Amino acid sequence: MSNHNSHGHEAQHNSHGGSMKSYVIGFLLSIILTIIPLVVVMNDLLSKTATIVLILIMAVLQFAVQLIFFMHIRDEEKPRFNLMALIFGLVILLTIVAGSVWIMTYNAVG
Amino acid sequence: MAHAVSNPAGAHGGHGDGHHEEHHDQESMKMFGFWLFLITDVILFGTLFATFVVLRLNTDGGPTGAELLEMNGIIISTFILLTSSFTSGIAVLEMNKGNKRGLILWLAITALLGASFIFLEVNEFIHLVHEGANIGTSAYWSAFFVLVGTHGLHVSVGLVWMIALMIQLGRRGISPVTKRKVSIVSLYWHFLDVVWIFVFTIVYLMGVM
Repeated sequence: MSNHNSHGHEAQHNSHGGSMKSYVIGFLLSIILTIIPLVVVMNDLLSKTATIVLILIMAVLQFAVQLIFFMHIRDEEKPRFNLMALIFGLVILLTIVAGSVWIMTYNAVG
Repeated sequence: MAHAVSNPAGAHGGHGDGHHEEHHDQESMKMFGFWLFLITDVILFGTLFATFVVLRLNTDGGPTGAELLEMNGIIISTFILLTSSFTSGIAVLEMNKGNKRGLILWLAITALLGASFIFLEVNEFIHLVHEGANIGTSAYWSAFFVLVGTHGLHVSVGLVWMIALMIQLGRRGISPVTKRKVSIVSLYWHFLDVVWIFVFTIVYLMGVM
């Protein structure tokens, strides 16, 4: 079925799939990054602005953890088309979200 | 299942040749194509998040999120989805080892966790509708149901896809083609977890603050 898979290639491919260690680290990090905002919000530990900033940072960090440890974005070979496409997508995302919030908060008519 | 275990042993047979390189290129192009789909999904969710954030205070005098959202269920479903992202990663590891049984087992665990997530979400929606918050109640609830519902729909599609893939793996075993399909479905699953993290943070955590 897949008998044209050489050994050398197999080894190379494995390095792209990550290791058990990296998955466990990623999993633990994502649990920690979920518990911190949860504890802060449920117990009202910080002021409103500080809480919002903190939980958004935690969410972005968790996004990075998933990207690095689970989606293996760092293992991609050059040219890094996946990474470039992702950055393009994020630019659009930020433009849409930040632009909408800014317009609707400060420039609403009436 | 007996032949399933012996199957991967044959996966190390021949030598890499020109044909194989071409095949590999095509498979990685398909991965890239799927990655581009994920980017368009990022933009889709971006518009839904923007809508939700803009409309978060427009409850039209009706119930607010802080009044109706039950955090206990949401915390449980968050950890369920987080764990399922991890288990889908283990499925890929098992696949790279050539262990077909392990691969199908971990995919099944992932699908089971995904199904419990959907079960909790449907229960939450039913509860909200009983409390008087449906998709037409106010701009806030319209934005809420569309955003959370679109994510739930993605998870449901992922479930059907994963089950179909498990059936195919049972029949065809681990081949370059099914390998690529598993990698793609696992990528999709990690992506849905990332989206949920932002739903959890922006809709739920900020909603009950």
